[in-house]
Amino acid sequence: MIWQIELLVLAIVLICAVAAITVKDLLGAAILFGAYSFMLCLLWAIMGAVDVAFTEASVGAGVSTVLFVAAVFRTSRRTKD
Amino acid sequence: MKVLGTLVVLLFGGLLIYGTLDFPSWGDPAAPASTHVSPRYIERTLEETSVPNIVTAVLADYRGYDTMFETIVIFTAGIACLFLLRVIKREEAEARMYRHIPTGITLRVKQRARLPESMEEFERIDLMWVPYDLIVKTGCRLIIPFSQLFALYVIAHGHHSPGGGFQGGVILGASIALYAISTNLRSGLAWFGEKAAVLLCGLGVFIYASTGALCMLLGAGYLDYGALSTLFGVDPVTARSHGILIVEIGVGISVMAVMVLLYYNIVSAGRQDEGL
Amino acid sequence: MSDLVPILISKVNYWVYIALMMIGLWAVIAKNNLVKKIIGMNILQTAVILFFISIGAKYNATIPIIMHGHDAGHHAVNAIDYINPLPHVLMLTAIVVAVATLGVALALVIKVHQKYQTLEEDEILAKMDEQ
Repeated sequence: MIWQIELLVLAIVLICAVAAITVKDLLGAAILFGAYSFMLCLLWAIMGAVDVAFTEASVGAGVSTVLFVAAVFRTSRRTKD
Repeated sequence: MKVLGTLVVLLFGGLLIYGTLDFPSWGDPAAPASTHVSPRYIERTLEETSVPNIVTAVLADYRGYDTMFETIVIFTAGIACLFLLRVIKREEAEARMYRHIPTGITLRVKQRARLPESMEEFERIDLMWVPYDLIVKTGCRLIIPFSQLFALYVIAHGHHSPGGGFQGGVILGASIALYAISTNLRSGLAWFGEKAAVLLCGLGVFIYASTGALCMLLGAGYLDYGALSTLFGVDPVTARSHGILIVEIGVGISVMAVMVLLYYNIVSAGRQDEGL
Repeated sequence: MSDLVPILISKVNYWVYIALMMIGLWAVIAKNNLVKKIIGMNILQTAVILFFISIGAKYNATIPIIMHGHDAGHHAVNAIDYINPLPHVLMLTAIVVAVATLGVALALVIKVHQKYQTLEEDEILAKMDEQ
């Protein structure tokens, strides 16, 4: 494994996690959470856990984001924090 | 609350970082986690189950009980979401929206108003969000068959490549959700109804559990697929591989149905008439 | 100083995972919005999963799919050549269970919003006191 790429992906994962919980728009938070999941999937592919990476790509980045968007569509989009 | 939470988090994080100092260094092949159980799995999987993908073999054969109850957890979550949200008796909405397909004019029809005789040129659309997008519809119509084919490949080829019942089931469920997003929820329900989803999510768990029971009837332990060799007419090692495939199909069916149920109920808040 | 560098290289990944866990835990404790709390819960879950997967990682090893599995002549399979598959199995099911719990959590959020017309925790508590 190439440590430069791994460090870069880890940095993006941290940035996405912080952004997903600080952004003041729930739809944006859902999309950022999808980006976070996809970066985690890359991280697992780097580590050699291909099955887990595949599962995260389909579950975390796919279905979770859709469910979040659906819930935000049914409730409210604005938040105070 | 924020100050208290920050204090708790900092304390807890500091303790965990202090704990990592005793850890083996990252990627160490001689770490305790990699030297006790897993070498046996890695070295014996191929001769015992004839499955090259060790993860699939351990998932469905060595730790079959674990996976069976995980499937039951997913089944329970789908049923719980249905019970929480589903509204059976509902008052009709006060109006319906129809679009005249050739001209694109939308009509708002009040409740109990008389509809015209011929409705072929009209399509019903949602009240709150009514786009008409040819590109999205055509694009999704092209994508959906290939994603479903890919999902079937993922389930069937899980012995030799990454994949298996969980991933394939999620991709199948996502393709149905994609159809419901690209057209509307009513077309999705007409294609893959709620009753079918509930029946299939039970059927997947039933396939898994009854495979285990069949092994018991054939004289071995629960989920000991080697006993299926008399049924398939192959040697016990190949029978284990076939048993894993059957179980993965059950998991895939159950996961697909639960994903579809979750999507339908969350997107329509349980009314299942209008959604994204 | 020269002692610190090997420790840093061998432990920095764990520290990033712990930072992710703490971000998620902080969101669950301190955030006011329920959907934000659920996102924090998911970040916490995935960080724990990341930690578990990294326990099984090995340098100079390949993915846990046996190469040339059905070629003629069985050759010896050495455990040191393959990444530990056991954490992968346990966490693969955990990810799918995570999305199932996410579905139930979002269903509860929708029910709360139907009753109180808000997702902010303090407003929900104020409305509960009124009733």
